[in-house]
Amino acid sequence: MTRYLFAFISGSLFALGLVISGMTNTLKIQGWLDFFGNWDPTLAFVLGGAIIPMFISWKIVQNKNTCLLGSKIPQNKKSPINIHLIIGSLLFGAGWGLVGLCPGPAIASISFGGKEGYIFVISMLIGMSLKNFLIKEKKYFFY
Amino acid sequence: MIEQDWLYGLLGGVFIGLAASMFLLVNGRIMGASSIIGGIIHTSKENDYLELISFIIGLISLPAILAITYNLPKTNITSNLYVIIIGGLLVGVGTTLANGCTSGHGVCGISRMSPRGIIATIFYIISGVAVVFVLRNFLETL
Repeated sequence: MTRYLFAFISGSLFALGLVISGMTNTLKIQGWLDFFGNWDPTLAFVLGGAIIPMFISWKIVQNKNTCLLGSKIPQNKKSPINIHLIIGSLLFGAGWGLVGLCPGPAIASISFGGKEGYIFVISMLIGMSLKNFLIKEKKYFFY
Repeated sequence: MIEQDWLYGLLGGVFIGLAASMFLLVNGRIMGASSIIGGIIHTSKENDYLELISFIIGLISLPAILAITYNLPKTNITSNLYVIIIGGLLVGVGTTLANGCTSGHGVCGISRMSPRGIIATIFYIISGVAVVFVLRNFLETL
């Protein structure tokens, strides 16, 4: 039960951060990607602010085998930098630039994003469900 | 002079980092939005289904509760349905192929100095910048 409570709190905190930082506003994302136009640096501050606590957390778990609830710490697998990673990132970036939403903010804004938000999320879920057509082998995980 | 938006960005970013830290330190999981959503679609023995669902419920319900009392900033999504559908499909397919998005590869990967996270982030930013450049200069109507 504790595990689910903390997962819920993490999700809520993530959503709070996305809303406060303005990352659910597609114009802020597209403004940051507009390097050659009217550039909006906000996203760089968001990424910087998020990386600092996470950098410390990775240091904390560096020499540990298990987390507080006892399950294993995800290992930094020596996964190759392969064509899936490159092509996938290029495709993701194209969609990200086109609409200004990535998966986290798309889900976080579902209650106030209107009809357009629903359509985006449904399209994204369809794209994700194509996985078995895209990747033949059954191996997949975070990175 | 630092603009107010940047300060809110930094503050919100710290909250995102704390959320990811809690998920790692307490639950022992990497907070990657696309992997969490993907983990719900493609059930696997390695995933605790309820844990992922609990995370998503938090992610959806907190803004929903805030939206009752506060005027949350608009998402300003384009009204062009073709663009939304193509964008959504690209994000879904791309994050699945790459096994991560802005939170997984960006926040969790870069902070761990993961070469995969750093390479992925460089490529999705290049692609995003190129698409926005084309939108701004040639397809202003979208």
